[in-house]
Amino acid sequence: MSQLEFEKPVLELEGKIRELKNVSSDDNLNIADEISKMQKKVDKLLKQTYAKLNPAQIVQVARHQDRPHFLDYVEELIEDYTELAGDRYFGDDQALLGGIGRFKGQSCIVIGHEKGSNTESRIKHNFGMARPEGYRKAQRLMAMAEQFNIPVLSFVDTAGAYPGVGAEERGQAEAIAKSIETCLRLHVPIISTIIGEGGSGGAIAIAAADNIYMLEHSIYSVISPEGCASILWRSAEYSKDAATALKLTAKNLKELKLIDGIIKEPLGGAHRNKRKTIENVGDAIEKSIHNLMSMDKDKLIKTRKNKFLAMGRKI
Amino acid sequence: MNWLTEFIRPRIRSIVEQKEVPDNLWKKCPECDGMLFHRDLDENMNVCYHCDYHMKISVKERLELIFDDSNYKEIALPEVAFDPLKFKDKRKYSDRIKDSRNKTGRNDGIVVALGSVGGQNTVIAAFDFAFMGGSMGVAVGEGIVTAAETAVKNDAALIVVPASGGARMQEGMLSLMQMPRTIIAVDMVKDAGLPYIVLLTNPTTGGVSASFAMVGDIHIAEPGTMIGFAGKRVIEETIREKLPEGFQTAEYLKDHGMVDMVVHRKDLHDTISRILNLLMDTNRCCKKSKNGSKKGCSGKVSRSKVKSKNSNKAIIGKAA
Ligand SMILES: [Zn+2]
Repeated sequence: MSQLEFEKPVLELEGKIRELKNVSSDDNLNIADEISKMQKKVDKLLKQTYAKLNPAQIVQVARHQDRPHFLDYVEELIEDYTELAGDRYFGDDQALLGGIGRFKGQSCIVIGHEKGSNTESRIKHNFGMARPEGYRKAQRLMAMAEQFNIPVLSFVDTAGAYPGVGAEERGQAEAIAKSIETCLRLHVPIISTIIGEGGSGGAIAIAAADNIYMLEHSIYSVISPEGCASILWRSAEYSKDAATALKLTAKNLKELKLIDGIIKEPLGGAHRNKRKTIENVGDAIEKSIHNLMSMDKDKLIKTRKNKFLAMGRKI
Repeated sequence: MNWLTEFIRPRIRSIVEQKEVPDNLWKKCPECDGMLFHRDLDENMNVCYHCDYHMKISVKERLELIFDDSNYKEIALPEVAFDPLKFKDKRKYSDRIKDSRNKTGRNDGIVVALGSVGGQNTVIAAFDFAFMGGSMGVAVGEGIVTAAETAVKNDAALIVVPASGGARMQEGMLSLMQMPRTIIAVDMVKDAGLPYIVLLTNPTTGGVSASFAMVGDIHIAEPGTMIGFAGKRVIEETIREKLPEGFQTAEYLKDHGMVDMVVHRKDLHDTISRILNLLMDTNRCCKKSKNGSKKGCSGKVSRSKVKSKNSNKAIIGKAA
């Protein structure tokens, strides 16, 4: 799963480079030369491959397990991050995390889906699929942002809200609806970044924001391509067609004026260079925060609401 | 939308359909298998008179049922982008829309109407399940926005009646964005100090349940209505076990604190009338006349006057 089919030629070359590096103890200068040649070839190949990814391939990249996840962003971008737990009603959801911290000097509330980075942590975080407690924790933290007049940064990375009996029993629909409402009513800026997978209601629950950014190879969709294919094509085998038809890429959604910006990924995707990816996201958020913090509060809400109201009216 | 498509076509169709199913005087209840005579069923508002199972009713019947004297004015809805994604699965989405338009005689899956309920100004936005399963795309969202704006303009309550499987996939992310859009809409009504009631009808699921339908001042559900976020099949596949009895029904949701009341169809008009009167005619110091008209009373505080004074403050002062 961590290997992408369309990256195979690249991965083979990268494997060869690794082998060569191992034998380079024979201090053969030609090898270093050879390695640099091959590296150039890899870069060229990556550039070509990533320049013409189709939507189904972008879906794979967006779900790549080596992409930076929420906690990676927190570690790199948020100083003094202090996790806050619990919805104060029922429990604490480890699929949707949040806390207070400092982004480039500015105190803020940070919330986001965490998918986990190995088997153990994936299970702990329920693969980033939140239950109502997660969305109620998000609401509580957003209310806190309001109280202390600090902005909200949200990071979206989920296949969707968790479909379970308990989640339904405790009002998954209500929790998501209220979370969207809380975003929309905030008197402080809220900036959302889709860092991997933006899966339907479970994603938009924390992404009804002033500025919505998407990483270049992230996706944002009303339904997974597999789900869409099995309903409309009556077979999940058509998920490739569904991925194209749904217009779920950053480029598609920018054209439809549903997101505010696309954040570049390093050559060969975020999974090849976590640090650079996170740096790019940080730069985008920094610019956005400066603009939004200087806005009048009532104007901020009004602009946010008008932005959503205008969606789909003219395309 | 012209009156030809609105009125003539459905009428012609109903004549044709009647011919196609001659002597179809009896219907079987899908719940209890009891036989139902069509005229009795009509009289009982399409509720099984053996087991109280609530079958679907048309939007027109729904509006007539709730509005005082079955009297209302339909509100024209703005045009929106047609097939914005140029979506195509095995069939073109544009063809599916055209089919649904022919079948229902409507432009899309929602009808907005203005009238009175219990003597109070009321706007109702009712989903038409016959139009692509009541799925919510840009047009339906725009319908709810229009309904909310009409309510605020007319100092009226807003009742939304979902009957929907969720978002309209064929409009992709534009359909998901109807979740925040519709919440913004109903919040305009709430901020104006006007009641926002959700009447949940079968089914209310997916992105519709997780947006405007769950943020009402009051949630009323018809008996047996399916209400939930995730589909039953998806949940069963995830947990690999059978679901509890009555899972995701209106009664189940009431037990779990998500709806205020489950109300039989025959009691809807009276229940909603009473609620709207309590919320909109908040200081009655003298008796109302029998026919519901409000006689002059010096001590009576008119809600509309109070509202117009405070409306601006209400919007600004309301915290998240
Ligand atoms: Zn029956």
